[in-house]
Amino acid sequence: MSVARRSLVIGVSLAALAVAPAIALAAGEPFYVTLLTRIMIFAIAALSLDLILGYGGLVSFGHAAYLGIGAYAVGILAFHGITSGPLQFAVAILASAAAAAMIGAVSLRTSGVYFIMITLAFAQMLYFLAESLNIYGGDDGLNITQPSNFGRLVDLGDPATLYYVVLAVLLVLLLLTRQLINSRFGLLVQGVKSNERRMAALGFPTFRYKLAAFILSGTICGLAGALFANLTLFCSPAIMHWTRSGEIMMMVILGGMGSLFGPVLGAALYLLLETLLSGATEHWQAILGPILVLVVLFSRSGFFGMLTGERTARGRADG
Amino acid sequence: MAEALLETRDLCKSFGGLVVTDAVSLVVTPGEIHAIIGPNGAGKTTLIAELAGELRPDSGSIHFAGADITRLAMARRAALGIARSFQITSIFREFSVLDNVAMAVQAHAGHSFRFWRSARRDARLRDPARQVLAKVGLAERAESRAAALSHGEKRALEIAMVLATRPRLLLLDEPMAGMGPQDAAGMVRLLAELKRQVTMVLVEHDMDAVFALADRITVMVYGRIIASGTPDAIRGDAEVRRAYLGEAAA
Repeated sequence: MSVARRSLVIGVSLAALAVAPAIALAAGEPFYVTLLTRIMIFAIAALSLDLILGYGGLVSFGHAAYLGIGAYAVGILAFHGITSGPLQFAVAILASAAAAAMIGAVSLRTSGVYFIMITLAFAQMLYFLAESLNIYGGDDGLNITQPSNFGRLVDLGDPATLYYVVLAVLLVLLLLTRQLINSRFGLLVQGVKSNERRMAALGFPTFRYKLAAFILSGTICGLAGALFANLTLFCSPAIMHWTRSGEIMMMVILGGMGSLFGPVLGAALYLLLETLLSGATEHWQAILGPILVLVVLFSRSGFFGMLTGERTARGRADG
Repeated sequence: MAEALLETRDLCKSFGGLVVTDAVSLVVTPGEIHAIIGPNGAGKTTLIAELAGELRPDSGSIHFAGADITRLAMARRAALGIARSFQITSIFREFSVLDNVAMAVQAHAGHSFRFWRSARRDARLRDPARQVLAKVGLAERAESRAAALSHGEKRALEIAMVLATRPRLLLLDEPMAGMGPQDAAGMVRLLAELKRQVTMVLVEHDMDAVFALADRITVMVYGRIIASGTPDAIRGDAEVRRAYLGEAAA
């Protein structure tokens, strides 16, 4: 175990994130502030998925749904002239929690491939629902005329402010989830992943805990969606397309499942590669694909595992 | 005769046309080790699964401490104090040995909607877990990964996890399966120590172990009980000898 290397990787990454906007703005490249904000928002989404995927073994293939719900909560309220930030975010969080509760209550009765397919099906249902909402732009999406209003102190319309708000949210979530995974609840969820039959035999009513974890995960992802709407000032059904769910899952696997910080690196790696490669060629996916395959093949605990030389929950499970 | 701790009445279960539990009526009294023996396919593991709540019988009833538990789910039965160990070792492989047992303690320490305090530093979980590990002789291995234990150690861990739930009734499904003579002797010693502290239903093929430990023995063949009594009575039973012991004694 290399706790020191792990701390180093996390410390350097977070320090870089803390000073990045100043450097980007000084260099006259404000685009990078937006790109990094985007990366951190997807890092939050990937982190939420890692909670149930890496620690709980629940392969949700529909996490983009909550991203969409969070974004549309902001978009639809703004469309109706309700721009209060606290209210928009509260609705985004409650709506994604409610959706996760309903989707989880149904899909957690299955497991394995069926679970994957049902979560995917629910996300696609929401995708087509958004497409059919003509009042909110349907297929074309919905422009958001102004960002969530948090008073004069916090102007999310300012890229640097939004950047630091997202960074703060990410940091708080990293700290909370780190505490969570070692709590009774966190260990229970990992026990379910390891051996659910044993958990039931020990007397744990596993369903309610899995559902709670699923709701928590969906809620965090919904929060990411509300932030995303503030970044793009636009929401469209594309945000919940199943390929987006796949991207979020890819970020988790790429970064290292069951490591919390891995998904942050995974989101960064995925989106940076996407940006670089799509600038170079329109066939960028043909290059990105093999790179992803190689990382996954050669480091089963992902990019984070490569950097720290340590094996994450998934690596340990296989070993 | 003492009040039964566990009683089944006319328990029946079939898979398709195959009757695996055939009108089984069993009485387990408090404090005894009640062994269930029989040739492969006699339905012993199925019976354990029905007692644990993993399988639902087609008809008949199961009573525990006077209450009808026939329709209770596995987790509810575990909460009442029925614990089982598995024929195939069932542990949390990637957890440490101590984590495994602490998880069993946690199962009976109220709800687990506790999101903040570290469970790995919670003395209410760790202390009882360490005590149980000492009891089964695994204290030295507390910090090892469960997957790294030897087969015999894994079986002992399995027992430790079951004990940590402070059960009133232990359902042991072949605890000595796959063990060498040395490990098996250790397990017999452990179970003998636990005798009287906890009531046990023991399914086991190792006849030496069964006759050394059991207060009463029930013999099953093709899902049916053909005999039930003290070890001496079973040893002397002509039908049992013909159906089962004959081949083992030969």
